[in-house]
Amino acid sequence: MTVREIRDAIRSGERSAAEICRETLARIDAVNPLLNAFNTVAAERALARADAIDRDRDRHRGAPLAGVPMAIKDNICTSGLRTTASSRILEHFVPPYDATAVSRLEAAGAVVVGKTNCDEFAMGSSNETSAFGPVRNPWALDRSPGGTSGGSAAAVAAGLAPCALGSDTGGSVRQPSSLCGVVGLKPTYGRVSRYGLIAHGSSLDQIGPIARRARDVAIVLGVVAGADACDSTSAPEPVPDYEAALTGDVRGVRVGVPRALVEQGVDPDVARATTAALDVLQARGAAIVDVDLPHARYATPVYYLVSTAEASSNLARYDGVRYGFRATGADLRAMYGQTRGRGFGAEVKRRIMLGTYVLSAGYYDAYYLKAQQVRTLILRDYDRAFERVDVVAMPTSPVPAFKLGEKIADPLQMYLVDVFTVSANLTGLPAISVPCGFTPGPPRLPIGLQLTGRRFDEAMLLRLADAYERDTEWSTPLPPIPSR
Amino acid sequence: MTIVRSMLAFDMPPALTRDDAARIAALAQLDLSDDELDTLARQLGDILAYAEQVQQIDTTGVAPTASIVTRHAVDRRDELQPSLDRDTALANAPDPALDAGLFKVPRVIG
Repeated sequence: MTVREIRDAIRSGERSAAEICRETLARIDAVNPLLNAFNTVAAERALARADAIDRDRDRHRGAPLAGVPMAIKDNICTSGLRTTASSRILEHFVPPYDATAVSRLEAAGAVVVGKTNCDEFAMGSSNETSAFGPVRNPWALDRSPGGTSGGSAAAVAAGLAPCALGSDTGGSVRQPSSLCGVVGLKPTYGRVSRYGLIAHGSSLDQIGPIARRARDVAIVLGVVAGADACDSTSAPEPVPDYEAALTGDVRGVRVGVPRALVEQGVDPDVARATTAALDVLQARGAAIVDVDLPHARYATPVYYLVSTAEASSNLARYDGVRYGFRATGADLRAMYGQTRGRGFGAEVKRRIMLGTYVLSAGYYDAYYLKAQQVRTLILRDYDRAFERVDVVAMPTSPVPAFKLGEKIADPLQMYLVDVFTVSANLTGLPAISVPCGFTPGPPRLPIGLQLTGRRFDEAMLLRLADAYERDTEWSTPLPPIPSR
Repeated sequence: MTIVRSMLAFDMPPALTRDDAARIAALAQLDLSDDELDTLARQLGDILAYAEQVQQIDTTGVAPTASIVTRHAVDRRDELQPSLDRDTALANAPDPALDAGLFKVPRVIG
């Protein structure tokens, strides 16, 4: 069932929140052992919450997410519910407060069913850096679900939750959504409060919804978006009615395609599916226009210089003093070094090292400052493009889901997977991934189309995504996972 | 031309030694084994060589972008707000002194 179907069934009294919750938990019980999508399943808490909603049905009648089960990425704090960032260093961390996005979901009637697996501290592109083992792609269990919100995307794809929150620092909502065949949105920087999101790259991080339908993403975004006194980077722009924007009418919308950027290094099945998707939008009345983003091809190296610098600073707080794992050490410095050396996994240590290096005396100008200047050039490319078009379209990922183990030994090969997603984070622009086809197979693997829009114009992205869904069936099938 | 120059840059990665890696690890408060330092020196060298292509771009007179926040949502009066009580704040500490209300750490001063 979709978010809207559940909400409407509970509002009308046709179904109870407790029934929906029990069905969801049973499905998680049956399928999650195959996928490893959840780090923590909060069964008792969820059932208690669903009962409370049923008992107080009158008060929740108008709630936009009344009784809707929700999975939350395990780097988003949930009061009293273990939040690990899929790291040993936070394995037993129980937050004393809720992230603003979580408290807004619960105030809207949502029922948190569990915390989803992800790459450690949201660093990775395959979910393989999780300290608790990789998530498996529901479309092919020997393949990666993408990362870093791999558990959230796999859970939604496999029907373990109708909707999930992820976080996106360089593509971490969109790329797993693409690889798992669901819809994922990275909102404009500042659109959703990051209070309670475990920080990775502070100028890049955004929380975003993942669901099976653009309409469901619109409903959830409407709940979590908006200014928050607890996050000074949250934006004061008013939150429009995103669901009302889903008119199906895309006549005259100009869709830009950066052909020079996408003509190389894209898997042929991905190229075919995304081109065909543009034909569908064109048939609905959208205009396809060539655009040039000459600096976008530098986005990956710029991203890895900027994001690791920010991460090395943000992760300084894990020192074994106030929370988390502590190793023993003869003195304070030895305790710090041992705690961090043993508590962090290989990818996190690699990024802390790279970030520390590019910020260190003698290298700052050559790497960090230079990257920030090229970031300005990438921003200008998009500003220029948006003078002529309303959205920019390209594949979300250059490849469909790859095999677990295929890229993890070579960090640089893994970083290259992010080539099309990192620009939206560097520029702060909103971007959505929409299912747009499958590889011929076997195995049949989902393919995603990415649309990037103007600042705070999530409504346009959702309108296009919803219109596209009306003409296609890519979001309908459930993956062929064996169920017990 | 840009392509040729960036290919040359790939041929000449900024070689990082184990000592370089050890120096960075000390700055980052990471205790790493010799094996880890060797692997990281090689991998960071590869990644930095790849990032060299950024150096080829002319950025004369281009201002850096550190943040994309255009206007801030929240100014508030500097007034006392409710916050976590002390026991809650100490609840996740590996070695709390609950009675004294302190986080304990290994001896700092001999």
